This record gives sequence, structure tokens and C-alpha cells, in this order.
Amino acid sequence: MKSLINFFEKIGYSVTSRIKRLGTATRLFFLILISSGESFKRFHLIMKEIYFTGVMSLVIIIVSAFFVGMVLGLQGYYTLQKYGSSEAIGVLVALALVRELGPVVTALLFAGRAGTAITAEIGLMKTTEQLSAMEMMAVNPVGRIIAPRFWAGVISMPILASIFSMVGILGGYVVAVIVIGVDEGAFWSQMQANVDFRYDIVNGVIKSLVFGVACTIIALFEGFDAPPTAEGVSRATTRTVVTSSLVILGLDFILTSFMLGG
Amino acid sequence: MPGNLINIRNLSFGYGDELLHKDINMEFQRGKVSAIMGGSGSGKTTILKLIGGQIKPKSGSILVDGKVVHEQNLSGIYKLRRKMGMLFQHGALFTDLSVYENVAFPMREHTDLPENIIKDLVLMKLNAVGLRGAYKLMPTELSGGMARRVALARAIALDPDIIMYDEPFAGLDPISMAVICDLIRTLNDALGATSIIVTHDVAETFSFADYIYFIADGVVAAEGSPKQLMASKLPFVKQFIHSEKDGPVSFHVAAPSYNSDLAL
Amino acid sequence: MDKIKFDAWVGIFVAIGVISLLGLAMKVGNLTSNDIRETYSIIAHFENIGGLKPRAPVKGAGVVVGRVKSVVFDTKNYHAIVKIDIDKRYVFPKDTFANIYTAGLLGEQYIGLEAGGDTTNLGEGDRITQTQDAVVLEKLISQFLYSKASEEED
Repeated sequence: MKSLINFFEKIGYSVTSRIKRLGTATRLFFLILISSGESFKRFHLIMKEIYFTGVMSLVIIIVSAFFVGMVLGLQGYYTLQKYGSSEAIGVLVALALVRELGPVVTALLFAGRAGTAITAEIGLMKTTEQLSAMEMMAVNPVGRIIAPRFWAGVISMPILASIFSMVGILGGYVVAVIVIGVDEGAFWSQMQANVDFRYDIVNGVIKSLVFGVACTIIALFEGFDAPPTAEGVSRATTRTVVTSSLVILGLDFILTSFMLGG
Repeated sequence: MPGNLINIRNLSFGYGDELLHKDINMEFQRGKVSAIMGGSGSGKTTILKLIGGQIKPKSGSILVDGKVVHEQNLSGIYKLRRKMGMLFQHGALFTDLSVYENVAFPMREHTDLPENIIKDLVLMKLNAVGLRGAYKLMPTELSGGMARRVALARAIALDPDIIMYDEPFAGLDPISMAVICDLIRTLNDALGATSIIVTHDVAETFSFADYIYFIADGVVAAEGSPKQLMASKLPFVKQFIHSEKDGPVSFHVAAPSYNSDLAL
Repeated sequence: MDKIKFDAWVGIFVAIGVISLLGLAMKVGNLTSNDIRETYSIIAHFENIGGLKPRAPVKGAGVVVGRVKSVVFDTKNYHAIVKIDIDKRYVFPKDTFANIYTAGLLGEQYIGLEAGGDTTNLGEGDRITQTQDAVVLEKLISQFLYSKASEEED
């Protein structure tokens, strides 16, 4: 009986502590928005962070995109060919990437690469009291360190997602047209006829913006909230990846249902 | 100006329900070097944070230059902090900036001085701590003692009225310790500042501090000049100063009798 | 020195991103063909529009000349009123036929315009008078069954 009560206590505790953290994260979000004026005045700070989150992620994004596109081309071809519709391969690759894989896979990779880097960096700054030191020098650390990273993440994500989609389509093109031999004209023309700028591409960009906000906030919050020990920071980086991934996939479902329904 | 720069009155503070500080009174006179000493976890560093307004007391007040710290709004606190310089335990230098950039940071933030004047000031501060030759290095390239000296240069960048040191001697070799000792005293007198040191290093501190507070069990257990405390008869002070293994702070943590534990 | 390196790389990064987005828009999507030109609207009444939706293509001789803007139900004469936006480059005579076709066997429905011989053209807000409704599969099947049944009778 006692272990049963313990079990429920543990569940209750984890639920309440999660809700508390959600509240703290929301407060951090509003603090970031309020302090953003400062970070835009010093735009070079944001530029530096765009370099670290966006530019440094380019390699993994481009390589992954190419492979994903190629696999889409391969798998798609072998399935479509059974129904005699192998010329629709262009449409399949493009729509899969632009609507879903571009924004989602980019966000997952971003959370793993840039998100963990942000969490570790902020956690380390907290552990070595750099954030305290800045506060004691009468400088707001949220506006100076946290907000620039937030805006850098939000700006980088749609850019990375667009690059992912484009490179993925090229990967699909290489496999379908160059390797397998699908007609090049059919590949592109069917794609153009069936991919709509407003509904597919713009929606994809909107998705990646939302993911950008979510991932970056989670990474920043976990770093900011991490216990100031080595173990605390390392656990925080793991939490960043796990939470970001779940939130991305959940938001993807919600956004997709809105977009397809409307 | 004579008198107290910082007054702590009836301060009580704690995280949660337990109180860390119970109704504490302290005064810090202008131009003097004061030390706050006590065992680990006695709440010494927390007092610095309370003075700096990073945390609020549960009851009582802290006055800096006549202003109650926890009643200030954000810009008020920032104004008070511009008069303070704090040296954190391991330096807390910004790891993505060079030594030069670190010391220049407060100047760039709070003054409109042109770059060439800032350069002169930075080199002057670095010279005061003996690290002018290291201005191009990054914090990761510095040893512990050097990093702490750069942090000190940064703390005095704007010639503050109050300089606070959080365990400045922790983990230093004897030479670096002697250097820091000397710097604390010299800088305090040169700048006419009020210095507060949180430490548990008896020998070093007693050699240059003007006034010392001992904190134990959340209250001020003893206070006085080094000479007065050396002569003190209080058992806790004697145990601390003479580094005795056992006394009011007992060797054994509370436990049931040894016989009953062995019988298990 | 560092600042120049950051700015340069970020600039390259953003440029690649913009190029990708443009590439997607132009090559992959259909931004070049539609939505940039000026259009004029005309109206057509149908008794049954089938599965015709807004943004469905409007074609003349198989070429996309416009899009369906909106579809509303008229309570006065129980018709569907379809508003069409046609590219200003293309003009159609007043006696044009508007038919609802299906792309492929089970594809989406679109409007096909067949020009008549009238010398005056349709202008902004004009109405197409000759329309043909969508073919509804159920009606087709029931027609077929009915004709089969009457065949059996004979």
C-alpha cells in the first residue's frame, strides 16, 4: 500500500514540478521579448549568434538534406512505379520535403546541434557565475546574452529549413533523374503544377518559424535553469534534446491539422 | 566622509522556512577593509548577494549610502551597483571576451568615453594588478590566480566605492595569495574605497583587515579588530583562529550512540 | 577582425537561404505563373458545381487563364454563383461556354472556357450565360441503371 502511495506522490510531484518549470519558461519568454530592444540595438550580438547557431549548422543540414532527398527519391520511385505513376516522383519528393520533412527534420537537427550548444553555454555561464557578474555590473544578462541567442535561433531556422528543402529536392533529382532515369521534364513540371507557393511553401516556412521559437526557448530555458554543477548542465542538455523533439513533433501535428483543414 | 557606507539592520534571510541569518546587525565603515568569516555554509556569500540586491531579505534592511537596497526599483539597483565592484570566487570572466575586453566591459557599458581613453584606463587597471602584458589573452589561457587578478582589475574598472570579494584566496598558491592580499589593501587605500571580504582564511585576513565579523548559526558570533579577536576568550573564536579540530563546532555529526550502531 | 568574419559568414548564410527560398518558389512552386498578374472578375451560375473549390484552375484550351475566386449559394434561384478571376491578358467573347470538367478520372475539378463567336468581350463583372454543370458520379450511375432497366423492359 505504501509503495502505491509513493508512486502517486512521485507522479504528482513530477506533474507539479513540470508545470512550475513551464511557468518559469513562460516568464523567461516574456523577459526576452521585453529585453529585445537592447539586443537589437547591438545587432552585432545577434549576428554573432546567427553565426554560431545557423552557419555552424549548415554542414549537418546540407548533408542530411541531401541524403534524405536521395532516400525519398529511391523509396518513392519503387513505390510509385508499382502504380505506373513513377513520373510523380518529383511531386512526392517536393511535397514531402516542403510540407513536412524540411521544417521538422531541420528542427530536430537544430535542437540536437545548436540547441544543446546553447544550453551548455548558458549553463556553463551560470555555473561560472558569469551571469551573476554581469548583473552585479548593472547590465541585464537577459538582454545581452539570452535575447540575442533567441532571435538568432528564430532567424536561422526558416533559412535552414528552406536550404534543407532545396538541397533535398536536388538529392531527389539526382537519384530519380540522373541515377534511375525518370524524365527530367516530367520531374520538374509535375512538381511545379502541384506544389503551391502559398499553401505548401509558405506554410512550411511558418512551421519552421514556430519550431524556431519553440526550440530556442527550450534550449535557453534549460541552460538558464540548470543547476550550477557539471552534472546539472549535462542533464539539462539531454532535456533540451528530448523536450525539443517532443514539442516539435507535437506542434507539427497541431500546425498540420490547422493548415490542411483550413 | 566618515561614517558608515553600508548598514545592515535586523537582517533575517532564508531559503524556504529555515532561516540562514537571524536578526543580524553589521556596519561597514568608509575606507576600511572588513572581513566576514565563518564556517562553510554559514551564509557569508549570501550577505554579499543581499548587499548587491541580487536577493531580498525576509525582514530587516540593508542600507547602502543611505538607500534601502531591496526597496529600489531596477534602475535604482543598477545605480547602486555602479558604485560596487565584485570579485567572484573563480573570477567569472566572460569566456568569449579577451582580457582587455573583459576589463573594458564596464567602461563601455556605463561611460561614453572614447576608445583611446578606454584603452589607457584598461591598461592602467591591468598594470595595477600586474597583468598589463596579458591584455591580449583569452580567459581560458590564464591560470587561476591570473584570472582572479584580471577579474579584480575589472571590478575596479569604474573606481567603485565598495569592493566585495567572495573567497578571494580559495585555491591559490602562497605567492598568488600574497599578491592578492597586497592588492586588496593597496587598492582599498588608493581608491578610498570600502572593501568587504568573505573568507575563511585566518592568517592572510588577520594580517591586513581592519574589522572582522564572525558568523555562526545565523548570528554574529563575534566581531572586532584582529587584535581584539586574537585575545578573545570566546570558545568558537578560539577554535576558528587556532584551527582546532574540536570545540563548539563539534567533530562528530549528530548520530545515535556508537554502541547501538555497532550492535546492528 | 572577428566581427568581419562573423558578418561575412552570416551574410553568406542569409544569401544561401534567400536563394533557396526563391528557388523553391520559382522552380518548385508555381509563383511565376500565377498571382502576379492583374485580373478581372466575371460570374457564372451553375446548378451543380460538383467538387469545384476556390482556387481551382480556370482553363481555356487547356491553358490556365485564371482561378476560381469564390463559390456561394444563391437563395433566390437556388443556383451556385461562381466568381472567377481571369488574367487581364486573356479576353473572352460574351457567348463563352463555361463547363465544369474533371482532371483525369478522379482528379480535382476545374472550369473549362470555350469561346463563342460574339464580337463583344466579357468585361469586369459580366456574367457567363452558357454554363454546363459538373458530372456527378451518382447521377451518371443512376442514369446508366435506369437506361439499362428500360432496355430490359423492351
